Amino acid sequence: MYETNFHKVATAQEAAALLNTSEDGKILAGGQTLIPTMKQRLANPTDVIDLSGAADLSGITIAGDQITIGAMTPHAEVAGHAGLAALCPSICKLAANIGDPAVRHRGTIGGSLANNDPAADYPAAALALNARIHTTSREIAADDFFEGMFTTALEEDEIITAVSFTAPAKGGYGKFPNPASRYAMAGVFVAKSAEGSVRVAVTGASEDGVYRHDALEAALSTDWSASAVDGVEISSDGLLSDLHGNAEYRANLIKVMAKRALG
Amino acid sequence: MSEGIGARVLRKEDKRFITGKGRYTDDIIEANQAYAAFVRSPHAHARIVSLDTSAALAMEGVETVLTGPELVADGIGNIICGWGITSKDGTPMNMGAWSALATEKVRYVGDAVAIVVADSKSQAQLAAEAVVVTYEELPVVVGSVEALAPNAPKIHDNAPGNVIFDWEIGDLAPTDAALASAAHVTEMEITNNRLAPNPMEPRSAIATFNEAEDHYTLYTTSQNPHVARLVLSAFYNVAPEHKLRVIAPDVGGGFGSKIYIYPEEIACLWASMKSGRSVKWTSDRTEAFLTDAQGRDHVTTAKIGFDNEGKIVGLKVNTKANLGAYMSLFSSAVPTYLYATLLSGQYDIANIYCDVQAVYTNTVPVDAYRGAGRPEACYVVERIMETAAREMGMDPAELRAKNFVRSFPHQTPVIMAYDSGDFDANLKQAQAAADVSGFAARKAEAASRGKLRGMGYSNYIEACGIAPSAAVGSLGAGVGLWESAEVRVNPVGTIEILTGSHSHGQGHETTFAQIVAERFDLPTENIQIVHGDTDKVQFGMGTYGSRSGAVGMSAIVKAMDKVEAKVKKIAAHVLEAGEDDIVIEGGAVKVAGTDKQMLWHEVGLAAYTAHNIPEGMEPGLKESAFYDPTNFTFPAGCYICEVEVDPETGVTEVVQFVASDDFGTIINPMIVEGQVHGGIAQGIGQAMLENVVYDAAGQQLSASYMDYAMPRADDLPNYSVHHASTTCPGNPLGMKGCGEAGAIGSPPAVINAITDAIGNNNLSMPATPSAVWAALQDVSQKLAAE
Repeated sequence: MYETNFHKVATAQEAAALLNTSEDGKILAGGQTLIPTMKQRLANPTDVIDLSGAADLSGITIAGDQITIGAMTPHAEVAGHAGLAALCPSICKLAANIGDPAVRHRGTIGGSLANNDPAADYPAAALALNARIHTTSREIAADDFFEGMFTTALEEDEIITAVSFTAPAKGGYGKFPNPASRYAMAGVFVAKSAEGSVRVAVTGASEDGVYRHDALEAALSTDWSASAVDGVEISSDGLLSDLHGNAEYRANLIKVMAKRALG
Repeated sequence: MSEGIGARVLRKEDKRFITGKGRYTDDIIEANQAYAAFVRSPHAHARIVSLDTSAALAMEGVETVLTGPELVADGIGNIICGWGITSKDGTPMNMGAWSALATEKVRYVGDAVAIVVADSKSQAQLAAEAVVVTYEELPVVVGSVEALAPNAPKIHDNAPGNVIFDWEIGDLAPTDAALASAAHVTEMEITNNRLAPNPMEPRSAIATFNEAEDHYTLYTTSQNPHVARLVLSAFYNVAPEHKLRVIAPDVGGGFGSKIYIYPEEIACLWASMKSGRSVKWTSDRTEAFLTDAQGRDHVTTAKIGFDNEGKIVGLKVNTKANLGAYMSLFSSAVPTYLYATLLSGQYDIANIYCDVQAVYTNTVPVDAYRGAGRPEACYVVERIMETAAREMGMDPAELRAKNFVRSFPHQTPVIMAYDSGDFDANLKQAQAAADVSGFAARKAEAASRGKLRGMGYSNYIEACGIAPSAAVGSLGAGVGLWESAEVRVNPVGTIEILTGSHSHGQGHETTFAQIVAERFDLPTENIQIVHGDTDKVQFGMGTYGSRSGAVGMSAIVKAMDKVEAKVKKIAAHVLEAGEDDIVIEGGAVKVAGTDKQMLWHEVGLAAYTAHNIPEGMEPGLKESAFYDPTNFTFPAGCYICEVEVDPETGVTEVVQFVASDDFGTIINPMIVEGQVHGGIAQGIGQAMLENVVYDAAGQQLSASYMDYAMPRADDLPNYSVHHASTTCPGNPLGMKGCGEAGAIGSPPAVINAITDAIGNNNLSMPATPSAVWAALQDVSQKLAAE
């Protein structure tokens, strides 16, 4: 690891100010990607700004069917939150299957969304649940937030403070873990709103990161069932091919995981 | 007694390991210690055009930066392979030069070109990044078949066509004739995937040159510190043997990868002399993937012929073995004498021929890894037997049993003479434990859940201990493969066992103490095992090839024989009785049938005070022995694996794994079961998860745990482990060895089970979900076409 300046801040605004003034600052929101990357000398930030002391960024609040999850809420808290489980069990299940217990107690939802790893789980949930990403300067719709592998709409000095969404009428997540990393090789989040609109988001499979699957959305809008998924032709165009599986295999996984997400 | 042979004594060493109090090489801190970092090639094959260390030398905290030409100028010798192989045409193998720091060319990604020594690890790493190396990239080849192609890039000048040797064993003409006359011939192409060893503790070294005493000390992660000292002295000219102390303290796993002497240890010793500092280096996980000797990597074609009754008439095998960029210490022995000599399996085969082309490629050097050649042989034999049974419509167990060797000793056509075994007993025990007769019902039940269930056998035999020194010498080994031991009875009666074996996870501190406890009827807490330090322990050969039991403990037994004889002489003298009437039991040395006795510690004291010992007897009670085995030992067994495949995803679950092993005498069943569990875990890892993958440019795509899939607890079943043993006639304890059997026997059982489940035999290791799914698509396409 290269030498860096470490800052522990009490608020997101303080962190944003430091980001603005540092030469190449990085936010430490749990460090499950940043720290390993720094240890491998693949990242060399001048400043590391630790949000773990920002108490107002952590925690889950529920008001009716409105759910808000603070950016610094660790996966384990999402996985084990009884109120959340009653409203949206699919996101609890998703969080319970990220990494291992150590990862789940350090990694945070804000860190995951800001990093936008193409194989991370939370981006699929945020996109399928039509979440709103709250930042230090604005609110961004999930549809506008994810801009491809490791790329988001966040400005240089903009920090996620919370994620909010309306509890879906139905939802589920099917994940096929990479045998080595246990990141998603294909993760499909399906959600149906109280008004009946269906959103399907796929992570892990595409060369461009998380995306909405139009054909699956269309099929499930008409018929919320596995047989509807069976009828969808999943194209392998633009899907990842690597040593763990080619694009055809990932196309198959999208279909199978979509069916399993229906429960 | 309760702590003797056969007792499940809890491991003495676990207290310090489990409480984090182990003392590993990286825990050693020397005064005046500095840290090394290596400048490594980012290219798989390139010429070094220039190397500029000036910027690095000027950096804060940097003690020195040293390069290959300086190393050569100081007379540090090239790294050698210690086992000479002769090609078919009688020529010796083509060993290319391997300098600890590359001089003109780099040949794999990670090849070291310079060592930086600095006050801190961080300063050393920064300075290493500031060394400017200009490379002229050369064409790269990573696969053995491609390396043998006519226009393949040339890696070493003295290895035309990248061929290290083209070796053969057995008789070609009779084998060809037998196959030509066979009623049925099965032919297969079989690859054995490349593995990264991944011991939990990465390699580490700390070297100290003491100028005042003209003496070197090296702490290092070694399975064989004496061999390391010998090679460092005799071949690398780092220091003469009597001026070099090598200590391998607690070592966290080896699996073969810590047998060898690597560039880093050599460079640290030399840099300590050059800098006057203690020089420490500890590999990180990425460096381990880039530099630890890897395992396997065979591409094989095999042909087996049967007569009308299903009796094997001949086996013909060709193997292309990828040895990587340089020849590691025992690399040449692995695809030859540790491989082709086991191709007879458990079967009576009159005609076997095998030839092996070993080749250079631009990859990490390949050497022995848990099993070393025997897993590759077992995989060939057991895959082709299962396949042949399917082709002939025979029960795979029946076909095997029809061909079992049943009389011993049995001379195979490929050097090995099996000394003992009862293959029927292992097969029957495994079949009973696996409830083979209930398989059809289990398969039907799985089908009702949408799962494909399959069953596969592997009837393995392997060779352990490694053979008589004269025999291995005649086959090209540069060393003898005996072992040594010293038994020191202290004046207070406690005992220290100094062994040339080295424990890096095997539990020697417990098992070795048990055989002493058994012999002298003492508690194991009175017995201490000392190993791993060339200043404490007499020359010994170290631990690999499952040899610490059959060979290492045999040396202890020989030394104990001498101690026992002396104890009896002293007691007979003091108690005024005949030596033949003396018995050792219950902590005392007694005259049988009388109440006359000396307590055990009184004999020790008598030996050291020497006030009253037989005339002419030397004082003291300490004996040493060197044991040279009379033959290899031959552990064998039957493994039966059952899997369930999810046809939608290709995910395969090992739902049952039964092992019936013949290890000869078992000292501590708990430790033996642990060895079998670990071995099977590595075998399932090879069969389903692990794979070292290079791209065409020679970059490892699998050089981290993000992409290299190690087996985890939830990938593995609860094992059903059993023993049906025959006594090994070749050593005093009747032991055969258990350290590698699990890793040798299990891969074919797993692949035979998966291919049975999916109905497609065309499946290579690792059988990842995507590979199994693709094989299933081939089946459905074929069915659709029909």
